[in-house]
Amino acid sequence: MDKVTNILIVGVGGQGTLLASKVIGRWAMNAGYDVKVSEVHGMSQRGGSVVTYVRFGPKVFSPLIEKGQADMVLAFEKLEALRWAPYLNEDGIVIANTQEIMPMPVIIGADEYPPDIMERLNTMCKRVLAIDALDMAMQAGNSKAANIVLIGAMAKMMDGDKQSWLDVITQVVPPRTVEINQKAFLKGYETA
Amino acid sequence: MKDLLLGNEALARGAYEAGVRVATAYPGTPSTEITEAMALYPAEEVYVEWSPNEKVALEVAIGASVAGARAMASMKHVGLNVAADPLFTAAYTGVNGGLVIVTADDPGLFSSQNEQDNRLYAQAAHIPMLEPSDSQEAKDFAMMAFELSERFDLPILLRMTTRVSHARGLVEIGERKNIPLKEYKRDINKYVMMPAMAKRRHYSLVERMSRVEAYANECHLNRIEWGDRRIGIITDGIAYQYAKEAMPDASYLKLGMVYPLPAELIKEFAVGVDKLYVIEELEPFIETQVKALGIHAIGKEIFPVVDELNAEIIAKALLGRGFATPEREKLAGQHVPVRPPVMCPGCPHRGVFYVLDKLKLTVTGDIGCYTLGATAPLSAMDLCVCMGASIGSALGMEKARGKEWAHKTVAVIGDSTFIHSGITGLIDMVYNKGTGTVIILDNSTTGMTGHQDHPATGWTIRKEPTYQASLEALAKAAGVNRITVIDPYDMEHMEAVIKEETATDEPSVIIARRPCILLDKKRTYTPYTVDMDKCMGCEICMHLGCPAMENDDGAFVIDVTQCNGCGLCSNLCIFDAIKEADI
Ligand code: SF4
Ligand code: SF4
Repeated sequence: MDKVTNILIVGVGGQGTLLASKVIGRWAMNAGYDVKVSEVHGMSQRGGSVVTYVRFGPKVFSPLIEKGQADMVLAFEKLEALRWAPYLNEDGIVIANTQEIMPMPVIIGADEYPPDIMERLNTMCKRVLAIDALDMAMQAGNSKAANIVLIGAMAKMMDGDKQSWLDVITQVVPPRTVEINQKAFLKGYETA
Repeated sequence: MKDLLLGNEALARGAYEAGVRVATAYPGTPSTEITEAMALYPAEEVYVEWSPNEKVALEVAIGASVAGARAMASMKHVGLNVAADPLFTAAYTGVNGGLVIVTADDPGLFSSQNEQDNRLYAQAAHIPMLEPSDSQEAKDFAMMAFELSERFDLPILLRMTTRVSHARGLVEIGERKNIPLKEYKRDINKYVMMPAMAKRRHYSLVERMSRVEAYANECHLNRIEWGDRRIGIITDGIAYQYAKEAMPDASYLKLGMVYPLPAELIKEFAVGVDKLYVIEELEPFIETQVKALGIHAIGKEIFPVVDELNAEIIAKALLGRGFATPEREKLAGQHVPVRPPVMCPGCPHRGVFYVLDKLKLTVTGDIGCYTLGATAPLSAMDLCVCMGASIGSALGMEKARGKEWAHKTVAVIGDSTFIHSGITGLIDMVYNKGTGTVIILDNSTTGMTGHQDHPATGWTIRKEPTYQASLEALAKAAGVNRITVIDPYDMEHMEAVIKEETATDEPSVIIARRPCILLDKKRTYTPYTVDMDKCMGCEICMHLGCPAMENDDGAFVIDVTQCNGCGLCSNLCIFDAIKEADI
């Protein structure tokens, strides 16, 4: 790979996007790439829209991904998939968790949660994979593992060797959750 | 060995390897993780503390430095305003053990009340400043900062920005150096800054800084990367990475020491290129100095002084086009509802703001999660300026508009913020015969920055039990006689207390005490649910602005995966339609 791979991980503050970016970042480091991961801490983590930029390749300068440059958007929430999809390049892929979390302007009736997100995503991107990560995580044993389900789906799309991902997950997650997280990973991997 | 570290973690690693013995901070985004990472190193090697505020943090670090230890104080950009008093004079005294002051600036205001450019502090205080542009540099520059501090007898400012602090990158991990304590000798001419001594130290400062100015030209943190000589770019910090992304082939003068600037190196670079640009975030700090050397350069004529930069902005300014194709650009224009941050479901602050809004009070606010009480639908805040400002500004309003005004006003401040700098405001209110009402939102933590301890939690940064400062006793000692502790989940009682306390003609403090919901692990609860047969669609509950509730086409539903079971919505419902769910 002589070009930089750009992945956006997007979601709602508090959903565990930071753990997901840690897994991808470590995987890329183990694979011998230069890596940059730009995280969001502070106020947005209180239920705001959050984005983490993951970039790896032979040499990475900016930690940010510019519009039209992302190879993949990994979305933990549907509306966030729509918000960030314009960052994809022409061949970009969206993996979207089907979970819906209402933003405050929608809750108070000042705006509407778009009913046609999937259609809009399909016109924007080459490939859209919608998965119910929350449900699969619950099947794996804990709803909190939804982030790892999504990583599983992404790993498959990236054509990576399964074991290399499972190894990173073992390194990164708390020891007592390894088993659940590995199960969650495989659920995602098999869906994609 | 390499590791993938946040800029902040890498900086802490650098300080650790450089033999730092004392590390202090008050938490503040984007600086917080530096000191959290420091606290992961053994207590026998590094003493680490959360200080009550940045001024104290710097003073502790100064004391440690004078006593012969390498010491570091870390803070966010606005924290350096609080610590500015010791900062300026520490330049006069200089150091014994190396002293490093980290300022983490927040271009783009991700989690701040302003986006001031703290490079200007280096110039104003005559203190050298280093600025890394990635994690490896954060580590290397931190190590270098201690060396320079001891070599030039000056504190060193290390400037981070959000995108360096919060980006992970590969970092080479090394061993901790064994740096013994330096000898301590009393030296009042150097360390006791009375006018006569201070004037001599001011002359000394000018002399010390002139040596740093000369050194800057040979300092390896400043480097020229010759490329295409038609375009030369002088840049620093994260702007270097953005510029390289947009213009990989241009020539660069990358400045790692951003104050004082290397005049000779800049002149050499300028004559070696056809067209010279200065690319930096926020103020034209480098640009102004370059132009003062009589060099023609282009900077803020084409780059913004507001908000962070990125590769796209630079590409558009220099090449006239961004990265996305026009079709992709168009997609970005579609409407997508915004998602602003909100207080968590079950947040103990929510009910307070509901009541303040209901009573139509004027609310002077402060810095913390509870600043979100200013946003819709709670919309219960009139003013928020800086840490600790709520109490003084409430007093100011009363003095401007009279007692009647005070009866309709409250100051709202968090426990950590009260300790940081609210206590002095309260002393002023009592001393100068104010009659205001102060609500301390005591959630037993520093919430917004990710839950750090402080003097009123009873725990140190290493989670050792310690003396727990009492908010009641502090208020009492300030001279407040009316102090009431309430449970913010009990809105009825809270409303009665707020009405009573705002009506009195003496200062009063209400402590709304309940731990942050994200910390309250002991609490067991059942989520709530709406009984659709009883719900009349009156929407009263929706005014709480709880993100676990949604209006699904006129039907009110509670998302059980989000509800934290505080029961506020249930208490508000006059039709008894909201009940604990059977699960
Ligand atoms: S983190 Fe705690 S204090 Fe902050 S909004 Fe959430 S519940 Fe409230
Ligand atoms: S009980 Fe009501 S107000 Fe409290 S968290 Fe649940 S839905 Fe929100």
